[in-house]
Parts: sequence; structure tokens; C-alpha cells
Amino acid sequence: MTENLKIKQLVDENQVLLFMKGNPKFPQCGFSSLACQVLDACGTQYETFDVLQDPDVREGIKLFSNWPTIPQLYIKGEFVGGSDIIKEMYESGELAKLISKD
Amino acid sequence: MLLPNQIEEVIAANLECDFIKVKGDDGTHFEATIVSPLFKDQSMIKQHQMVYQALGDMMRQEIHALSIKTITPEQWQEFNKLNES
Repeated sequence: MTENLKIKQLVDENQVLLFMKGNPKFPQCGFSSLACQVLDACGTQYETFDVLQDPDVREGIKLFSNWPTIPQLYIKGEFVGGSDIIKEMYESGELAKLISKD
Repeated sequence: MLLPNQIEEVIAANLECDFIKVKGDDGTHFEATIVSPLFKDQSMIKQHQMVYQALGDMMRQEIHALSIKTITPEQWQEFNKLNES
């Protein structure tokens, strides 16, 4: 429960938040790296949370979103998807729209 | 070693598919392309969740990395038409 609250707080407090393995400078997995590249290409400011530093969040986030893999992107408190979806939404222009929408 | 066709079998057994192809020969990284009538009118998140659900514990334990492409039968038809012309 406390993990859930912590995750809820994280996604609510950060406009664009990526749960990933490692950090943008040193991503620890190809999918996390791809997600960062896409967000960089969008030219958006984003925060990241390294799940490798916090095993409780690493497991908790999977239950929170009913999504078994990392990375996971949240925009304005809403779960957007994993790396395949992020990439597809970037290519279709939907991701930029979602980020810039008020 | 986990083979792509084992993943195909598990997904197909638990999710109605018109077409399924899983690629990947290193035992850990896979790419799945799935066409299902159940994807119609569902968000991409929901479509991927349906695939994860079909894989159940396999996703949590055996599969290290799976890239998923979900397609509705309508999109599939369009795609095939484009390829024919």
C-alpha cells in the first residue's frame, strides 16, 4: 500500500515521468535507452526514476499499471505505455501532442 | 532455451489470434506481431495488456524482453492491400 502511495505521488508530481533501468546518461537496458531517445527527440523536459535503485518500486510499478515490464512512461499522472507504445506514438506524432496538451 | 514458437503457442492458446509471428533466436529477446479481432476499439495499452495476460507467468519469469506489435484485422487488411499494390 505504501509503495502504491509513493508511486501515485511520483506520477502526480512529475508532468512527464519515466520509470526506467538506469538513468538517461547510463541506461541499463535497450528498451529504457530507446524510451529516453524518443523523449529527447520530442525535446521535452522529463524526470526519470531508476527502478534498479528501489526494488519495491520496481515490483510495485508493475502492479500499479498492470504492466509487467520497464520502462513505463507517465504523462500528467496517466500511464502512457512501454517502449513499443512510446515509439509508435512518437512516430505518429501522438506523443508530442499528448505532451504539449494542457 | 526458449524458442519463438513456444511463445506463439502460449499466446495463441490464451488469446484469439488471426495471425501470430514471434521472432528471436537468442532465447531472451523476442518480437511478436499479433493480429486479433479482440483488439478492435481497444487502446494500445489494453491491447498489449491482453498479450501480457495471455503469457501470464511466462512474462514474469522466462521472457526477458518482448517487443509487441498489435494489429486489428482491419488494419491488417489495409496493410496487406498496400503490400499487394
